[in-house]
Amino acid sequence: MSSIKFSEDHEWVVVEGDIGKVGITNYAQEQLGDVVHVELPEVGRSLSKGDEAAVIDSVKAASEVYAPVDGEITEINESLADDFSKVNSDPQGDGWFFKIKMSDASQLDGLMDQAAYDDFIAGL
Amino acid sequence: MAEQSENLRHTPLYDLNVQLGGRMVPFAGYAMPVQFPDGIIKEHNHARDAAGLFDVSHMGQAILEGSNGHDPAVALETLLANDIQALAPGRTRYSQLLNEQGGIMDDLMVTRRADGPGLFLVVNAACKDADLAHIEKRLDGKASLTRIEDRALLALQGPAAAAVLARFAPDCGALVFLEQRAMEVAGVPCLVGRLGYTGEDGYEISVPEAEAEGLARRLLGEPEVKPIGLGARDSLRLEAGYCLYGHDIDTTTTPVEADLAWSISKRRRQEGGFPGDKIILQQFADGPQRKRIGLQPEGRSPIREGTPLADSSGQEVGIVTSGGFSPSCQGPVAMGYLPPALATPGTEVSAIVRGKAVPCRVVTLPFVPSRTVSTKK
Repeated sequence: MSSIKFSEDHEWVVVEGDIGKVGITNYAQEQLGDVVHVELPEVGRSLSKGDEAAVIDSVKAASEVYAPVDGEITEINESLADDFSKVNSDPQGDGWFFKIKMSDASQLDGLMDQAAYDDFIAGL
Repeated sequence: MAEQSENLRHTPLYDLNVQLGGRMVPFAGYAMPVQFPDGIIKEHNHARDAAGLFDVSHMGQAILEGSNGHDPAVALETLLANDIQALAPGRTRYSQLLNEQGGIMDDLMVTRRADGPGLFLVVNAACKDADLAHIEKRLDGKASLTRIEDRALLALQGPAAAAVLARFAPDCGALVFLEQRAMEVAGVPCLVGRLGYTGEDGYEISVPEAEAEGLARRLLGEPEVKPIGLGARDSLRLEAGYCLYGHDIDTTTTPVEADLAWSISKRRRQEGGFPGDKIILQQFADGPQRKRIGLQPEGRSPIREGTPLADSSGQEVGIVTSGGFSPSCQGPVAMGYLPPALATPGTEVSAIVRGKAVPCRVVTLPFVPSRTVSTKK
């Protein structure tokens, strides 16, 4: 059983068991424009919800990606290094950033589901 | 956003920019397109490969005429260090308004009009009110300034620009780099200058407001031409090694520090007679304390404005003033300031990005060679 949740900082998390796969939303990539570099966290690093987990460089500016939940990084998307534009072309697929082993699954309750996120960006 | 969208001014091309899918952002009090649907990298490459049309109507246009028998070129030279008297009719010069410390209040293009008396000035949007007030106040009695509020400004830039514009203005090919003439473009009376801020051959076209959208549509109807936003304008000028006012140059930097000494002629260096002349002439004699340089960061991550630069011992010695991803170089490029001892191409320094030292090499500007046209064809 997997489900997708969204943060107000435009990260998405797809949850499978106690692992969350994280990336940025289509809305976020549209706002950023052409992504030219992504700095990903090291595998094994422990993060608290709200910690800076990654940095995205678009042509215009650098933007932070925050950990949407507490946990430990178990995997990063190495294939991004070959083509950072995947973040633009497939942000919720091949453009994923990292997987995090969640230490407190109840934090997911504080995130938005698809309908709530759609409402959220419609109001921006 | 700091600026409320309802308070933003619109250029005569606002509706067209929106219709073309431009993402409008606040810039210097105007709603301007940062990019169109193609995105910054494609727009950038298009301007380098074919031709791009930029709305630069937010910039300030004005005419400076002499009063009471004064020569406006002589009068303007009291406010800047560039050689304005030497300008032949129709010729343009890149110049900088200076404060009493020799700092740059704005950079501007000054043209001796070929189609009338006086000088034609183009100043930055963000500075235009302050610039024009400063000029009026300081030249009171010697020159009078007339703001041009009813004209748009289009920039057509890229290797195909000359061929495209020649279809609408057959005489435009006779212009050399930094030359401006009044001519009809598609039947519209315009002021056409062969210049721009991308490092490419191209033109800036001052066009009556009411005709601006029609002319822009005609130019965009040509197969080589696409609309380009402020995002690509910034990456193009950075690759060309050109200063962005408020970033690479400001009231605390002098033309000598900013590596713009080339724009100050021998006569003016000998005679002085401009604001901050003591400081600037001293810097010519002894060298400045810091110099604007190009930087090639290692790796892929762009180094941004405000990033500190450190020497080999970790001592903070400079700062990045512009930085980003260069589509033409396929990697990060930056400009900044370093002490003269470290300003030599090949020198290794570190940019301190989020606490980490990123190795950078000082390189010669520009990052992409200029392709402006300096000789008659």
